[in-house]
Amino acid sequence: MSKKDIIICRCEDINLQELHDLMNQGFTSIEDLKRQLRVGMGPCQGATCLPIIQRELAIFLKKPIEEIPLPTVRPLTLGVPLKAIARGAKDDL
Amino acid sequence: MMTEKELIIIGGGPAGLCAANSAAESGVKVLILERSPRLGGQLIKQTHKFFGSEKTYAKTRGFDIAKLLIDDVLNLSDNIEILCDATVVGLYPNHEITVYQKGIYQKYKAKSIIVATGASEKFLAFENNDLPGIYGAGAVQTLMNLYGVIPGQSIVMVGSGNIGLIVSYQLIQAGVKVKALVEAAPKIGGYLVHASKLRRLGVPIYTSTTIKRAIGKESVEQVETISLNEKWEMVPGTEQIIDVDAICISVGLSPLHQLLSMANVEMKYVNELGGMVPIVTEEHETSYKNLFVAGDVIGIEEASSAIIEGYLVGLIASKRLGKSHPNYETLIQAYHDQLTNLRSGPFGAKTRIGLAKLRGENHA
Repeated sequence: MSKKDIIICRCEDINLQELHDLMNQGFTSIEDLKRQLRVGMGPCQGATCLPIIQRELAIFLKKPIEEIPLPTVRPLTLGVPLKAIARGAKDDL
Repeated sequence: MMTEKELIIIGGGPAGLCAANSAAESGVKVLILERSPRLGGQLIKQTHKFFGSEKTYAKTRGFDIAKLLIDDVLNLSDNIEILCDATVVGLYPNHEITVYQKGIYQKYKAKSIIVATGASEKFLAFENNDLPGIYGAGAVQTLMNLYGVIPGQSIVMVGSGNIGLIVSYQLIQAGVKVKALVEAAPKIGGYLVHASKLRRLGVPIYTSTTIKRAIGKESVEQVETISLNEKWEMVPGTEQIIDVDAICISVGLSPLHQLLSMANVEMKYVNELGGMVPIVTEEHETSYKNLFVAGDVIGIEEASSAIIEGYLVGLIASKRLGKSHPNYETLIQAYHDQLTNLRSGPFGAKTRIGLAKLRGENHA
């Protein structure tokens, strides 16, 4: 089995090998992995990959899945062009 | 520029539509924000007839239920304003939200908000899971039932919940050969009446079995399955290779909690409810005052439950705005009874356990 052929985060094209390598180095929270790999930071904002990563961490750390915290969610939920935000702000003046 | 509204409902699926209906009938001015081009949520792609009672549209097909719910809302157009293609991208303190709609970014403020964002599909990690030809069950329903396009000629379904079972049957109706259905758990997840239909049509259902890898150069050509032992570990030597040009993944849903989480609403991860869900009062109010929730966003259930919860929460949010429905008490009691009824029996067990965990209650 090639872990490189198992895609974890489709938006940022991250595979299971990359994830396991970092977990073995001690990056064992989703917040850490997100900063290293950008998992969950693409267009879908983690809708696909975060449950999978949560499960991988639960197995790795031998913990129930409830004990694997999800990363902080911040606005916005999808990509918004800066010009749209700028135009919106202009109307406030 | 900030536009002010009385009640904003985020999501125009079954829960959001029914909440809007109750609120408008109570005399509240409602704005529905729906991110997709049309109202109705997942119902618009569901061609099967629903189970349950008359009150929850039993024996009616999903897309017909959507039509009924949408018509109800359109008939209340004096009180209900609808924006489609409008994604709520941010939820902030003081009931302020930001909305992105067709290139325009706008701010809204409401006296009260109902979040009815629904859920997203879960995916699986297996070798070559990015090959073209691998679909989620939602995508297969959209392709076939909304656009009349089949996903392939032959397919393996992964997951035996009701969605996996029903979509398998719909694939057969559309002329697709369903080669097998695999289920990682030792038992079929959905109703046996659906599973029996598939068995009668000769579809093998393999329990304690999962997908090991997809095989193919440019797109899916084969799928390799493998048995799981009681510890959910793959058992070498039990691999089976099946020729298919498509694979459908139907392994459950997660609540779309992102807006709630970003607003620092008190949340809890409850496996039985599908993932991260808000902690709510009996009135479906979150830790953020006058921010209510309804439907799959507080736990994965069937559309029937989302419908009832929507009606219920629409009434409650309206009363809080000082506008009580003329039949408030009677209706509230009726909706509570219907929810209890829907969640009774063996198939409601998961929801009952999940809700008990959410409330922090002890349970066996």
